[in-house]
Amino acid sequence: MPDDRFEPKIVGFLCQWCSYTGADLAGTSRLQYPSTLRTVKLMCSGRVDPTFVVKALAGGADGVLIAGCHPGDCHYSEGNYRAMRRYPLLMQMLDQFGIERDRVRLEWISASEGEKFAQVVREMTERLKELGPLNWQGRSAQYCGAI
Amino acid sequence: MVNLTIEGRKIEVEEGTSVLEAARAAGIHIPTLCHHESLPPYGACRFCVVEVTRRGRTRMYASCTLPAAEGMEVFTATEKVLKTRRILAELMLARCPHSEPVIKLAAELGVHKSRFPRPLTSQSCLIGEHGECILCGMCVRICNDVMKVGALSFEGRGGYRTITTPFREPSEICRVCGACESICPTGSIQQAKITAPEPKMIPFEFEQGLTNRKPIYLQFPQAVPRVPVIDPNTCMHFKTTGCKICEDNCEAGAIDHSKSDEIKEFKVGSIVLATGFDVFDAREIPRYGYGRLTNVLTAIEFERLCHASGPTSGKIFTSEGKIPESLGVVHCVGSRDKNHQEYCSRVCCMYSLKFAHLVKEKTGAEVTNFYIDMRSFGKGYEEFYKRLMREDVNFIRGKVAEVTNVPQRPEEEGKLVVVCEDTLLGLVRRVPVDMVILSVGLKPGADTEKLNQTFSLSRSVDGFFAEKHPKLAPVDTPSDGIFLAGACQGPKDIPDSVAQGAAAAAGALGLLDKGSIVLEPIKAYINEDLCGGCQICVANCPYTAVEYDKEKGVSVVYEELCKGCGTCVAGCPTGAAQQENFEDIQIFSEVEGVLS
Repeated sequence: MPDDRFEPKIVGFLCQWCSYTGADLAGTSRLQYPSTLRTVKLMCSGRVDPTFVVKALAGGADGVLIAGCHPGDCHYSEGNYRAMRRYPLLMQMLDQFGIERDRVRLEWISASEGEKFAQVVREMTERLKELGPLNWQGRSAQYCGAI
Repeated sequence: MVNLTIEGRKIEVEEGTSVLEAARAAGIHIPTLCHHESLPPYGACRFCVVEVTRRGRTRMYASCTLPAAEGMEVFTATEKVLKTRRILAELMLARCPHSEPVIKLAAELGVHKSRFPRPLTSQSCLIGEHGECILCGMCVRICNDVMKVGALSFEGRGGYRTITTPFREPSEICRVCGACESICPTGSIQQAKITAPEPKMIPFEFEQGLTNRKPIYLQFPQAVPRVPVIDPNTCMHFKTTGCKICEDNCEAGAIDHSKSDEIKEFKVGSIVLATGFDVFDAREIPRYGYGRLTNVLTAIEFERLCHASGPTSGKIFTSEGKIPESLGVVHCVGSRDKNHQEYCSRVCCMYSLKFAHLVKEKTGAEVTNFYIDMRSFGKGYEEFYKRLMREDVNFIRGKVAEVTNVPQRPEEEGKLVVVCEDTLLGLVRRVPVDMVILSVGLKPGADTEKLNQTFSLSRSVDGFFAEKHPKLAPVDTPSDGIFLAGACQGPKDIPDSVAQGAAAAAGALGLLDKGSIVLEPIKAYINEDLCGGCQICVANCPYTAVEYDKEKGVSVVYEELCKGCGTCVAGCPTGAAQQENFEDIQIFSEVEGVLS
């Protein structure tokens, strides 16, 4: 049930060349989107270590966005392909943690796709509102208690 | 080497040279009718007869088939020789009284009419009915010996001797090379009659198919280097291993059919991409009639039509060969169009105005430009637009709905009708014209995708190569050392392309001139103590900047090559690989910070 008083926290790992610039374009274009996403700028989506995602979720994030250049357009040629490979493994890990897959998204956003960035943040915010807070501490306590 | 005497002059030639060739090399004239320097000699016409004294005996020989021999004495203009040639001329004139080469040669010998009556002959209908064939056999020789096809041959004897194909039927094996027609001195042979397959012309790409070309051709008048090229798909040599006439006749020895494309590797410090653009295909808008209606041309076809070096030397004709009395120019074909290209192609308004002016000047026709907005942004452009209005060019502001040849009123009969909206008058109008020019827009070149991947570039939404920054770095790309210039970066005209070219060159030279490079401050490094030698980082690097050191048993980063993407760092299982200023511990802190 969507909780309107709940404002999700999304950590966005954005690559400098495409997605961060795309987010910047959303800003300069004055597009309206929820202020739920906090950015961590990296050089490339290939820099995203799956531990960052887990760190973010454990640290209080309700969702994580990993955004990079479109396949074929990576500024570093193949970095986004590495991210693409790591993502399914990360999803399997989340399943094992009992964390909903919808909380972690991998998107390709280019430097000219300001509107797409805004749309992704809107959609993620909507979905996270439906899912509710992650409540990492609560879930860990529950699982640890179950053992 | 062989020594002989011709007309009293001592001449030295290589063995195997004919007496005719030896004489010609020495500048001594011997008339011929059936001889051609590219064909093996045949000795049919006998005009080249000379008197030869050898070992005390004097005889008449055809010099084209007589090999030069040591000690020969050759006389090319004795009374006997000249009398023989004159009789031959009279005989040939009797057989072929209207044949130009015969008339010319006879006149040279002082023969203007023949005492002999016209003989009964039988000509194959394949070689024309006028009976001008002089049986020189050049067509047969070129087809059999040079082109190595063998579709033509002699048939019959005496008065019934003629040239034809087997069974006098159009030849199935004819390659439609046109050699017979081009070498025939009398114009008796017509390619279209000899061949069974449909003769297909080779459209000349530069002339947009308005004319045809040969397999060897100059690509365009301003080509650099200005040398012809050979098209291996249509060159006869590559089909039959014959011909090579161009190679044999090239005095500079510049042609070599055995050569093929080479791929060369160059190590360079910087690259400027100036790969140009393609033109919008007007067939994508069928209602404008391109490819379906005659006299609808794209701008680039019309450019060739009205160009002084084009197929009509700049004269503007409709396809029926008459000068147009009215002409319409349709702006924005494919551009500013949600269904095709959304962007404005920048150059079309100005070239459309140019055409309007040229047509007005050359033909005085009624010219109408159908435009959406007039984009005359550059130096002198607006003034040119105003000038055209003074020259009585009509301007209708409105998008053209269709071009049709279906008339609705008497004045539209036999014409093309441009149906458009005139937004300033608030009417739908039908304007009848003799010719329509479609001002097609510019689009990214066909090889853009491939270049994109080769050079790891990005492309903007419109498909052209993306510059590093639209305002501050219009000629740079995100990859250091690769620059963009010209229309590959976006539609632009000549002044802008030249300016960009200079800027890109300056950028490239600046790099080369510096003598040193600045390293990324955010490069990766590997802690030897933590590295387990798994080489995951080596596989991850897109720039091959990480290598495994066998002696040390650890991986090492080459800092000159490292671009600082951090992909190797993310893949490292031990945390040995880190990125300066983007270390794991720094990013963890950032995450904590944004969530606090």
